[in-house]
Amino acid sequence: MSENQETSSALSPAEQIAAISGPFRGSKQTTLSGLIDDGVFGKNPVFVLALSLCPAVAVTNSVQTSLAMGLSVWFVLSFSNLFTSIFRNYINPKVRMPAYILIIATLVTMCELFMSAFFPVLYQALGVYLKLIVVFAIILARAEVFASKNKPIPAFFDGFGMGLGFLIAMLVIGVPREVVGSGSFWGRPIFGEGYQPILMIILAPGGFITIGLFIGLFRSIGAARERARAAARLEGAGDAMEVKRV
Amino acid sequence: MADKNPTTAANERLLAPLLSVASSPHIRTRETIPRIMWTVNATLIPVAVWAVYIFGWRALLQIVVSGLAAVITELVIQKQRGVARTWHDGSAFLTGLLLAFCIPVGLPLWMTALGSVFSVAVAKHAFGGLGQNIFNPAHAGRAFLLASFPVQMTTWTKMASLAPSAVDGVTTATPLGILKEATKLGHDGMSEVIATFGSRQAMLESLFLGNVNGCIGEVSALLIILGGVFLIYKRYIFWQGPVFYLTTVALLGWVFGHKGLFTGDPLFQLLSGGLVLGAFYMLTDMVTSPITRRGQIVFAVGGGLLVFLIRRYAGYPEGVCYSILLMNCATPMIDRIFVAQPPRSDLSQTEGGQA
Repeated sequence: MSENQETSSALSPAEQIAAISGPFRGSKQTTLSGLIDDGVFGKNPVFVLALSLCPAVAVTNSVQTSLAMGLSVWFVLSFSNLFTSIFRNYINPKVRMPAYILIIATLVTMCELFMSAFFPVLYQALGVYLKLIVVFAIILARAEVFASKNKPIPAFFDGFGMGLGFLIAMLVIGVPREVVGSGSFWGRPIFGEGYQPILMIILAPGGFITIGLFIGLFRSIGAARERARAAARLEGAGDAMEVKRV
Repeated sequence: MADKNPTTAANERLLAPLLSVASSPHIRTRETIPRIMWTVNATLIPVAVWAVYIFGWRALLQIVVSGLAAVITELVIQKQRGVARTWHDGSAFLTGLLLAFCIPVGLPLWMTALGSVFSVAVAKHAFGGLGQNIFNPAHAGRAFLLASFPVQMTTWTKMASLAPSAVDGVTTATPLGILKEATKLGHDGMSEVIATFGSRQAMLESLFLGNVNGCIGEVSALLIILGGVFLIYKRYIFWQGPVFYLTTVALLGWVFGHKGLFTGDPLFQLLSGGLVLGAFYMLTDMVTSPITRRGQIVFAVGGGLLVFLIRRYAGYPEGVCYSILLMNCATPMIDRIFVAQPPRSDLSQTEGGQA
């Protein structure tokens, strides 16, 4: 794998973003629950890593499509990480990207066939975005950054956590957008006749604004936690040194 | 040094001293943000009064609701963010007032308030507050309302006017709306527009003085121009912005008329819609327009081009709002190219100034 490291100097933009935003460092997070926690909160694909914003804008205008997209990505991401990791020692580094795409495309096709068979309406509603899961930045990024360098079980749970984080993000964006923008939940009107939906929220600008506000929220929560931790550390240090108050 | 790229040259100019600053004592200007903002508000009072006269008390209600919603939103957000509380400096009220000026008088009041909250909360404070916003808040609020409530934002109901003889002529569509619909059907739209007023003379008079349906602040080009000229006299805005904006629209409207080259009606293009209001009060917004006069010329010409393109070829009858919002995006780039330059005497000493 050391050869792999050297040949991969020309990173794609998605990989660079993933590398900057915090690749797996394997220190304290090696526990499986730590991996999942990281995917959902610490490195939430949409709100923290800001990867895969395209589906987060495009299909979150209703709860159903958000849920369907979230579940599909959850499935694909978990198993693409698993299989990438299983095959990691057999893939020639020079053709690793096509190999990853092959694995991901197989899973996406399974997902697609399943949805077109059992949920044809949802399949229609998702349209091209379901096929586009193949090239979602977050899936390629996890395959490149994590799965290709770790054992199958941690890789699976990394994908599981990231996918769960993605699913939660989709619902967090999708629920308010449908409720405000169409006045309905799960396709059923919830406010009665008099409600005048704010159309812009289900249009693209509304998607961007909603995501922007949630990213702001996530960052302010993160900053508050960081401050609290810093304060706790300071207090601990103060106790240890027994600083006298003047 | 001759072949260096323009960006480097611009950066070097940035590093050059912008102003010659002498040692103290300095004379302090009496201009402050509240003073400027409340003056701008005051110049809009005649327009507001005339709008109330034309559209009835409902117009006043719209202005009050919009202004109050903006100020209250600003107060709440500044309290929440823990920043200096400048809600009374007039800038939030101006946003609300201008938003009220570019909506139809019959819009439900809660929509007005919502648009005003959006203007201040999202377009202004999400970007960091006064001086940080990229987009003109009032026009961002209008774009939000237009995208969210397209039906209500384009319904022009005839209002109970306070004028002795109620508004006659146009009642359900604005002149630009009639023009757009007629040209969609393949007609030459101007004859339809003129027919609703009687004659071209009457049409232009109505547009200039304000006997015409439309948004609250569209009523009188004359009063808006007077307010704008006062702002130019006070040096709160550069004359280049409005003049180049209006000229571009008039010129293009005249050259590319509906019946062939040089058949357009430049005066109609100038006086209809929100063009004059946009030219004097939105385009010249201190925060969202370029800093230098030359930058403002580019900004204004670009905006005028967009207004013409939207009015002539796009689906919307009026394009002032979007033209200004789109040009707002370009402001940082324009500011990079047209950097304020030091006086000539300083230039001769620095190599970078020669570029």
